[in-house]
Parts: sequence; C-alpha cells; structure tokens
Amino acid sequence: MSATIDINNVTKAYGSLTVLDEISLGIEAGEFIVFLGPSGCGKSTLLRMIAGLESVDKGTISIGGDRIDTLPPGKRGVAMVFQTYALYPHMTVAQNMAFGLENIKIDKAEIRKRVEAAAETLEMSHLLDRKPAKLSGGQRQRVAIGRAIVKEPKAFLFDEPLSNLDAALRSRTRLELAQLHQRLGSTMIFVTHDQVEAMTLAHRIVVMHDRKIEQIGTPMEIYQRPATRFVAEFVGSPAMSMLPIKALEAKAGKTGLDVAGAGMIETTIKLPADFKLDGAAIGLRSEDTFVVNPGEDGLGLTVSVVERLGERTLLYGKLDNGLDLIVEDSGRSTVRAGDRVLVGFDEKALHVFDGNDKAYHWQEEA
Amino acid sequence: MAESYRRSSWSNALFILPYMSVFITLLVFPLFWGMWLSLNKTDLFGGAKFIGIKNYIRVFNDPVFAQAVWNTVVFVLVSVPTLVALGLFLALALNKTTKGSSFLRGLFFSSSVLSVTIVTLIWRFVFVPGDGLLYLIFTKMGWETINFLSTEGWSLFAVGVATVWWCLGLPMMLFLASLQQIPGDLYEAAALDNASRWRILTRITLPSIKSTILLVTVVQIVFQFQLFGQAQLMTNGGPSGTSRPIVMYIYETGFIRWDVGMGAAASEVLFLIILVAAMVQYWVTSNKEEA
Repeated sequence: MSATIDINNVTKAYGSLTVLDEISLGIEAGEFIVFLGPSGCGKSTLLRMIAGLESVDKGTISIGGDRIDTLPPGKRGVAMVFQTYALYPHMTVAQNMAFGLENIKIDKAEIRKRVEAAAETLEMSHLLDRKPAKLSGGQRQRVAIGRAIVKEPKAFLFDEPLSNLDAALRSRTRLELAQLHQRLGSTMIFVTHDQVEAMTLAHRIVVMHDRKIEQIGTPMEIYQRPATRFVAEFVGSPAMSMLPIKALEAKAGKTGLDVAGAGMIETTIKLPADFKLDGAAIGLRSEDTFVVNPGEDGLGLTVSVVERLGERTLLYGKLDNGLDLIVEDSGRSTVRAGDRVLVGFDEKALHVFDGNDKAYHWQEEA
Repeated sequence: MAESYRRSSWSNALFILPYMSVFITLLVFPLFWGMWLSLNKTDLFGGAKFIGIKNYIRVFNDPVFAQAVWNTVVFVLVSVPTLVALGLFLALALNKTTKGSSFLRGLFFSSSVLSVTIVTLIWRFVFVPGDGLLYLIFTKMGWETINFLSTEGWSLFAVGVATVWWCLGLPMMLFLASLQQIPGDLYEAAALDNASRWRILTRITLPSIKSTILLVTVVQIVFQFQLFGQAQLMTNGGPSGTSRPIVMYIYETGFIRWDVGMGAAASEVLFLIILVAAMVQYWVTSNKEEA
C-alpha cells in the first residue's frame, strides 16, 4: 500500500522561534523522498509533524488525499523507524512487532502471519523470541523496520535510522533499505544529514536549510545543478571550492568573469542583466579540476595537504592570491605537500552564484 | 606497576579504616551481641547467665508476642501495598514538568521530613475523640462518631493512615525518578502503535519501572515491620494490645520489664521475619521475570 503525501504551507514555531516556515511539498505514491540538511534545519521536525508527534501550527498535511494533521499519530496510517529504534525493551522481537497490531484488535492468526512474513523478509526469523537487549545494533534496526512493515502503512517514516550503525553495517543496511523499497513499493520519507544516504536512496531529495526548503530534485539535479550556494556547498564531498567574482564583462554570447585568483574566465552560462555582483562567486567541484603539465595554461596552486583515496587523489592548496582550492588528481599522482602545480578546469562544469546565493549553470545548447 | 600495586595493598586498607571501624562497632558487633544476649538470662545491670534457647521458647509461648506478630503482619500487609499503589499513582499523576506538579511533589514529600512526634501529633488532632477533625465532621454530618484511637480494629487503622501519610514521599520520589528514566521515544512509538493509555501503562510504563517497584516494596516491608513510634504515641498499643507492634513488644520486654534476654530473642525473631519477607518478595518478583 502506498499513498501520496501533500504538505501544504506548514509552519511550526516553539514560542517565538520559528523552526519551519511555510513548507509546501508534494510526494508521489511509492516515492522515496529524503529530507537532507544540517542539524537544526527542521527536517526531523517536519517528519515528526507528518507522524503526528509534533503539532502543526499552520497549514495542512494530507496522506492519500485525506487530511491527517488533526488525527492522533496512530490513526494516520504511517509507521516510523526511530533513530534510537525505540524498541520496547521488555518485549520479545515478536511481541514488539505484534504490539501495534494487537492494539487495533487484529486477528491473532493474521498477526502471526504478518510477523513471520516480515521476519522472513528481513531474515530475522531466528530472533523472534529474543529481547532487544540480546540483539546487536544492526539486528535492532531490522526489528524496528519489521515493526513498521507489519503495520502495512501508507507511508514509512525513517528518522536518521542508520546513524547509530558502524560504517560497514550502514552501507549494507542502506542497500537493504533500497531493496526493501523496491519490493514494497511504499511511499517512504527518510531524514538524514548524510548526503551519501540521500544520494543513494532517494528518488528525490528535499534539501532543507534554515527553516525552509532550499531545493527539491533528483540526486543528480541536486548535485549537478544546485539551486543555491548552500546546496552546492552542502552536497558533495569534498565541498565545492568557491572563488569570488570581482567584475563582470558582457561579450558576444558570452560573459567574462574576473575571478579572484583565476583571472578572466569566459563562460556561456547565461547571467541576467541585474546580476548581483557583491558576494558573487564561481564554484568548482574538485572532480572538474585537473593538474596540467608544466608550461601549459593553468592556475598556480601551492599544495598544502595531499589526500590519497586510492582511485583518486585530492590536493588541498592555495592559489597564488591565497584563496583555497581543492583539486582532484589521478590515483597515481606523485604530487607531494609543498609542491606547486598548475591546475586546469572544465569550464562547462563551472557554477556561478550571485550575491543572493542563487545559482546559474551551463545550459546544454538546444 | 603491578608489583608496586601489590606491595602497597595493605597500606591501601587504611583508606577504608575509618568507615570499617564505625561499621564493625555500630553494626556488626551489635548484631552478634544481640544474638548472644538472646541466649542469656540478663538485664541491663549485668549478670548474664547462659540459658540456651529458653528465651525463644518463652517468646513463642507468649500470647502477647503472638498478638504483636499478628498486628504487625496485618499492618504490613495493608500499609505496604497502599504505600506502593498510592506512591505509584501520585508519581504517574505528577510526572510532568508543570509548576503545579512540582509544587505538589514538594508538598507530598514534605510530610517525610517531619519527625514521628509531629506526625502523630497532627494525626491525633484528626482522630482524637471530643474535638478531633473527624469527630467534628461526623457530628456535623449527623453520623455516629467513632473513637478511632481506642476502638479495636480502628486503632491500628488510625496508625496505618498516619504511617502512609508520613512515609508516602519516598516511594513517590523513587517512582518519579524511575519514570523519568523511561526514554520518551518509547511513548512516541506506542502512540504510533495506537496503544491506549491502559496498554501504555501496563505494557510499557510498569514493566519499565519493575525494579523500582520491587525496591520500594522491599524497603517498605523492612521499614514497616519496624513500626513503633506511631503506635506508641497514638494508641500506646491499645486497646488491649490490638495495635501493639513487635518492636513495641521488644521495647516493653527489654526496657520496661528489664528482661533484656527475652527482648533480644524477640528482636532476632523480628529480624528473621523481615529477612524472610524481603527474600520471598524478591524471589517471587524475580521468578516472574524469568517466566
């Protein structure tokens, strides 16, 4: 079972502190949506408002066309997996999973059937008689997911469910969640501050920042065409390097950007006439930069730190005018800290941000 | 380092010497001395004579002791469940962060800091015939008045009421502390699981504070078996011994009749009763947990 979710002008405030400001969002049935943002951006609050654990001060939330923000949590048809799993410590795994079904007086045989089916799906049939204290972190995580599955909810809500797992288990569970979504086809909302989780799991990512939605888009849209400077800097590792634009010069079909540290750069990115220069910058991802041979045309970079990641090497350094730039080199790079290298970059991959942090990208010629 | 640790181990014992000396003189020594006294015919002025278990035989053949044991057992069976249930109820009701509830917590706890003399004085004002609070209420309502402090049955009841009022603060505070340890997300999960208030109480809250319920029960059993001051000051054990607890029997035997040996024997019996009661309670509860 899956359903659409419509969030309409939702506002939330604690006293005079507004944590969510006029949020609107439509989620398709069966979609996997990730709320991504730094701590305190309101993503968990929004999820908890959908679950009914926080009240809605203004606006409405509907699931499958029915308004639910006035209903108690249990009547909304959603299931939630908590960051701490919130398993009932004195109940066995089977009792944990059955508790919600017993409360709505579902037939005992049906409960057993659903619990066993969910346990089989999650490969934890052998754990049904154990108590949570006797389970590992990963197993508890499965129980929490199982408890959600047996309810056959209209939507699954995940509140940073992977953050308490170690790195290896996290990537495995991530994969399992993706498979689970494919199998169940349910609407899922997943809250995280981890961009890898967001990129790998989401159909669409909702990037949130400072009480508002910054951008809604597919992972590749978010990564390649960030709508704002915040999204550009938040998504991607290492973070996008920013070089301030000192002056702008219109040329035939092109724009010349006088970039601090990089000199004059010509770009076909279309910029508006009222482009706000004060605070404007160009953004460069490390993978769009490369080291060029001595004597070729490039920016001089004095390398201060070399990070060897195996398949690639990251060079952290300063341009001649002192600005920071992160450059990617091949895995076989012989560059060492203290070296001076010349750096080129792909001009099509350039991002331009105006003084209001709005982003402009290179357009494919129509 | 291991070597130096071993070498200095005896001098380390100096650190616990102050505590150990107090512990041995004031707790261990009196415990065994009491056992020794119970095997002697002696009074407070010396002249002990070993008589084996004769004191115990006398205690068990004394109908006054049997009555005191019965009174105390009845008192414990009624007052301890009342204290646990009422303490739990108050803790559940006041487990909020509002100003009103913290004021009420303080109010309910305040009776615990009073001394037994004040407590009994207050409750004498309530129960005393002639001009007590209950007497006035009963006359006003046109009901037949009861002499609570000197009527068989009612006298122990009156002692029980005063005791519950006096002792309620600690169970309530222990339960509150325990309730606040329950993670809030369990309740959120229960809300999403459609659990009714009753199901939340019986399936989440009570199981989560089970160990505190056990602790409070054992502590109260031990404490209430030692009932003395309230009975002494409110009813003096009367009428005709129907509110005389075991400790009062020990006091009267040892310090009024100067029969210290027999008093010590009765004390050892009380010690055993308390030990057994607490063990049974512990055993029953932890067995249930296994099942």
